[in-house]
Amino acid sequence: MDVKIQSERLNLWYGKFQALRDVSIAIRPRRITAIIGPSGCGKSTLLRCFNRLNELIRGVRTSGQIRLDGKDIYRPGNDLTHLRKRVGMVFQRPNPFPLSVFDNVAYGLRVHAMRRGVDLEAAVERSLRATRLWDDLKDRLHGPALGLAAEEQQRLCISRLVAVEPEVLLMDEPCSALDPIATGHIEELMQVLAEQYTIIIVTHNMQQAARVSHETGFMLLGELVEFGPTTRLFQNPADKRTEDYVTGRYG
Amino acid sequence: MDKHARPFDKGLEELQKKLVHMAAIAETMIDKAIGELVTRDEHVADKVPEYEDELNRSQIEVDELALVLLATQQPVARDLRFIVAATKINSDLERIGDLVVNITENVRILAQQPRLKPLIDIPRMADLARKMVRESVQAFLGEDPKLAQAVIMNDDEVDGLKQQILRELLTYMIADPRTVERALALILISRHLERIADHATNIAQDIIYMVQGRDVRHPKTAREKPPTEKPSTESQP
Repeated sequence: MDVKIQSERLNLWYGKFQALRDVSIAIRPRRITAIIGPSGCGKSTLLRCFNRLNELIRGVRTSGQIRLDGKDIYRPGNDLTHLRKRVGMVFQRPNPFPLSVFDNVAYGLRVHAMRRGVDLEAAVERSLRATRLWDDLKDRLHGPALGLAAEEQQRLCISRLVAVEPEVLLMDEPCSALDPIATGHIEELMQVLAEQYTIIIVTHNMQQAARVSHETGFMLLGELVEFGPTTRLFQNPADKRTEDYVTGRYG
Repeated sequence: MDKHARPFDKGLEELQKKLVHMAAIAETMIDKAIGELVTRDEHVADKVPEYEDELNRSQIEVDELALVLLATQQPVARDLRFIVAATKINSDLERIGDLVVNITENVRILAQQPRLKPLIDIPRMADLARKMVRESVQAFLGEDPKLAQAVIMNDDEVDGLKQQILRELLTYMIADPRTVERALALILISRHLERIADHATNIAQDIIYMVQGRDVRHPKTAREKPPTEKPSTESQP
């Protein structure tokens, strides 16, 4: 079985509080994997481990391994910026930089010095086309990104990631701040992106997880309770805790 | 399970109650139809058409309720399997009602002529069919796959009885053509009873699916590996 990114017996503590317990999960390439679970179950914490974003928080301690293409991402000497290029993240509230649309997308390319030999304008166009923003924004590339509507801002954040040619896209409740129609658009976009990238989405919207993902993991109190094909998890979950959660009887 | 019944749970409970009631009607109908056959009292099965109307009305109510629950609650897992099973059981129970009406028509034909032979096998078939309907609904209420499995096993016995009845009546018909009308009526009754048993078997299979998530229909043509993958998405234009 092909594995793109995985955790092995991952534990994480915020100070004394253990947020992740022995989480072992294997994410397959070019699929959408959803992580669901009640608030506080550790799903966002897990997501942030995949690009070591948790290290920006004081007092965080981890044990266990995370491998990207089989290689340990915690290996000493690992270039974090390079990791975060390969494994990009989209957040619940869109966070475009206070720059123009063009500069937002080009930002990563400039940081990673990728522009040598790269036609910046072509790269920006390609990224904006990938998120279906090009037609709407091609005449407003130098307008402020913060002036865009929420859905467009979120697409822009995805364009920004796509520009640096990532391999894995981490999405932390990417549609929570969007209305149902915008959510539908972003979900369609995810399906297209999944042909090229490995996508891991954390969502509290179970119907979304059921709609878009190929595999789903259910987390509870820091533990990965169940992980498997989405169609099975929502038709006939193996664990009673999963069943209680997806049928709305938990809590 | 949480302590407070959500409207959704009340909906599921109502679905269950309606189906149990339908099954009770179906059982009563079988009882009356065969009762009239055995006693040759033409009033025993008088109420069968009324019962059938009630079954038909309930069928519509069950389907409507199921659809509303599906549309408004987006159920998954066990709840979804329950509702899907309920709509199928609904359909099987209504068909059982139709079959009893057919039996009654043949019973009326027989009541107008002298009895062809003592009735042994048909009442046996009817008892078995009635038992299967009752037990399949018990299995439904009790979420009991073992009982459901036992119902499925009974189907062979019913099929055997049907064959036996056919063979016996064939000899009558060959010996004396004047018996043909009555023999045919009896054969048709046995066929209807066999179909009732088939529907009870379907109900039992649906219960196993509902409780365990296993589809146990058509074992001979079962696929080797059940599909678990989503179909691949096409590129957006």
